[in-house]
Amino acid sequence: MEDKNNITAFNTGTLALVNRIIKRYPQGRQKSALLPVLHIAQSENNGWLSSEIMDYVATLLDIQPIEVYEVASFYSMFNLQPVGNCVIEVCQTGPCWLKGAEEIIAHYEARLGIKVGETTADGRFTLKTVECLAACGNAPVLQVGTEYHEHLTLQKAGQLLDKWQAENKISHTNPYL
Amino acid sequence: MAKQILLNNIEVPGLAGFEVYRRLGGYSAVEKALKNFTPDQVTEEVKKSGLKGRGGAGFPAGMKWGFIDKKNETRYFVCNYDESEPGTFKDRFLGQMNPHLLIEGMILGSYALGARSSYIYIRGELFYVLKILEKAIDEAYLNGFLGENIKGSGYSLDLYVHPGAGAYICGEETALLESLEGKRGNPRIKPPFPAIVGLYGCPTVVNNVETIAALPWIMNNGGEAYAAIGIGNSKGTKLISACGHINKPGVYEIELGLPVEEFIYSDEYCGGIRNGNKLKAVVAGGSSVPILPAHLILKTAKGEPRLMSYESLAEGGFETGTMLGSGGFIVMDDTTCIVKNLLTFSRFYHHESCGQCSPCREGTGWIEKILTRIENGQGTMKDIDLLVNIARHVEGNTICPLGDAAAWPVASAIRHFREEFEEHVKLQRCPLSK
Repeated sequence: MEDKNNITAFNTGTLALVNRIIKRYPQGRQKSALLPVLHIAQSENNGWLSSEIMDYVATLLDIQPIEVYEVASFYSMFNLQPVGNCVIEVCQTGPCWLKGAEEIIAHYEARLGIKVGETTADGRFTLKTVECLAACGNAPVLQVGTEYHEHLTLQKAGQLLDKWQAENKISHTNPYL
Repeated sequence: MAKQILLNNIEVPGLAGFEVYRRLGGYSAVEKALKNFTPDQVTEEVKKSGLKGRGGAGFPAGMKWGFIDKKNETRYFVCNYDESEPGTFKDRFLGQMNPHLLIEGMILGSYALGARSSYIYIRGELFYVLKILEKAIDEAYLNGFLGENIKGSGYSLDLYVHPGAGAYICGEETALLESLEGKRGNPRIKPPFPAIVGLYGCPTVVNNVETIAALPWIMNNGGEAYAAIGIGNSKGTKLISACGHINKPGVYEIELGLPVEEFIYSDEYCGGIRNGNKLKAVVAGGSSVPILPAHLILKTAKGEPRLMSYESLAEGGFETGTMLGSGGFIVMDDTTCIVKNLLTFSRFYHHESCGQCSPCREGTGWIEKILTRIENGQGTMKDIDLLVNIARHVEGNTICPLGDAAAWPVASAIRHFREEFEEHVKLQRCPLSK
C-alpha cells in the first residue's frame, strides 16, 4: 500500500466543529464526544485510526489514551489498520442474503481480485462485509462512506464500481460536512 | 386504507422541511401541551393511550415514564435510533421522511419528564439521516420550538443528535447510555433501571423512534382516542418493515389486529410471494423472534387466523407462536434454506455480542461454527442437539437480552424445521444450494 500522509492534529476548521460538538454535553462530560470525534478523526486520517491520532483525540477530550483505544476497538465502523481510498461495505445479514448479497460480494471479489477484508494492491479499494444496515426492504444493499446503495443487482453493482474507479472515489469524507 | 398516524402525509413533497410540516398541523401538539397541560398530565395521556415501546420489547411507554425519579432535578430523555435488528428499517424511513415528527415527539417527552437536554442516539451508519435531523433541529430552534423559553411557556429544551459507530448492542438501552457517555457499549446490570440511574447517573427514559413519533398524535387527539385503535392490549398502529421474498417490500403502517394473511397477500401490503412461489416461513418481529412455518404464521395452532398484534403473534407461546417484536417482518419462500438463513442470523449475533458475558460471547461463536459445518455438509446428527443445548444455556444467562435474541432463532428453527437440518447431515450438503 502506498505511504499515506496521516495527520496528527486537526486544522482550525475541524477544531471548531469538534468544540461545537463537545459543548453538546454537560460540563465535565466531554468524553461523550468521543464517538463523533473519532468519526471525524478517521475521516481526516485517510479512513483509519492510527495510535497517533487516537492519542491526539485523548488530549482534545482530556481523557487517557486507553479510554480512546478501548472504544475505537469496540465499534465496527472504526478501522484500526489502513484501508483503501474507497471502502465498499456489503451487507451480508439474512434479509440481504435472501435477496442475493453473496452474488454481489463474489462479483466484487472477482472484479477487484481480492477477498473480503482485503485491499487492492494499488490501495484504491477495500472490500468488507457488514452486518445489517437497516435497509432490508431494499436488499441487497451496500454502503460507501455515508452513501447507501440499494436494490443492488449484479449490473448495478458493476456500474457502481465502474463509476468509483473512474472518479477515484474516496469514501472517508468528514461525515458532518 | 388503514389508519395513518405515523405515515400520515409521508408522501407530501417537502415534508422534511419545517414549513410544510407546520402547514400540515405540525407542532400543534407541542403548543397544546405547553399551554394547557402539566408535565404529569402529558404522562397521563400517554398512559391512557396504552402505547407500547415500539423498539421490540413492547413495554408500556407511559408506565416507563412513570418510573422516572422526579426527586432528581437533572433528568434526561433519549431517543433510541440505533435501529439494527435484522429485518427492521422503519425508523430509518420515518426519521428521514418526517424528521420534525420525531422532534415534536422529543419535545413532548422531554417536557413530560422534565428534561432540559435531550439526545437522539442514531446508529453511525445512518450519518445521512443524522444530517437531516440536525437540519430539522436547526429549523425548530429558529422557529422557537427548541431553545430557551419555548413559545413563552417558560420551558427550555436543547436537543442534540449523537452518532453511534457500528454496534447492534447499543440498541439495548443501558449499552446505549454507556455509548452516549463515550464508552464501549457494554450493557449495565439492572437494577438500577435508567429511570433511576441513567445517563450520567441521572434519571433517564430511553424510547424508540416510533414510540416517540406517536406522541404528537396522542397529544392532539387524546390517549383514549389512541387506545380506541387496535385490538385487545395492542393499541394503536404499528410500523411493519416487510422484506424478503415478497412482491412489495417496504414500510407499512397497520392498525394492530390486521390478519397476517391479509398483510402478506393483499396488494395494499406485501402483495404476495415473489414469482408466485409458496410461502415457507416468516420471522415476524425482527431476527430475534422465533421463526414460524407458513401454517403457523397464518393460523394459530388452534386454527384461528393469526393477527398482527402482540397477543395473537404470541399465541401458543414459543412452541407454536412468536412475537411482534420490532415489526421486522422477514418472509421466506420455498427456495429458502432455513439452515443458511439461521447461519446468517447467528453470524450476526456472534459479531454483535459485546463479549461481557461468557455464555453469549462463547455460545454465539459455537453456534455459528456448528451451523457452518452443518450447512457445508460436515455436520452430524449430534450437532443438531448440541445447538439446542447451547441455545438453552445462553438463554436467560446473560446481563442483557442479546443472549436470548441469539438463542431463540436457533431453538425455533430446529423446533419447526428439524428435518431440514437432518437432511443436511444425511446428504452431507445443503439440499437447496445450487
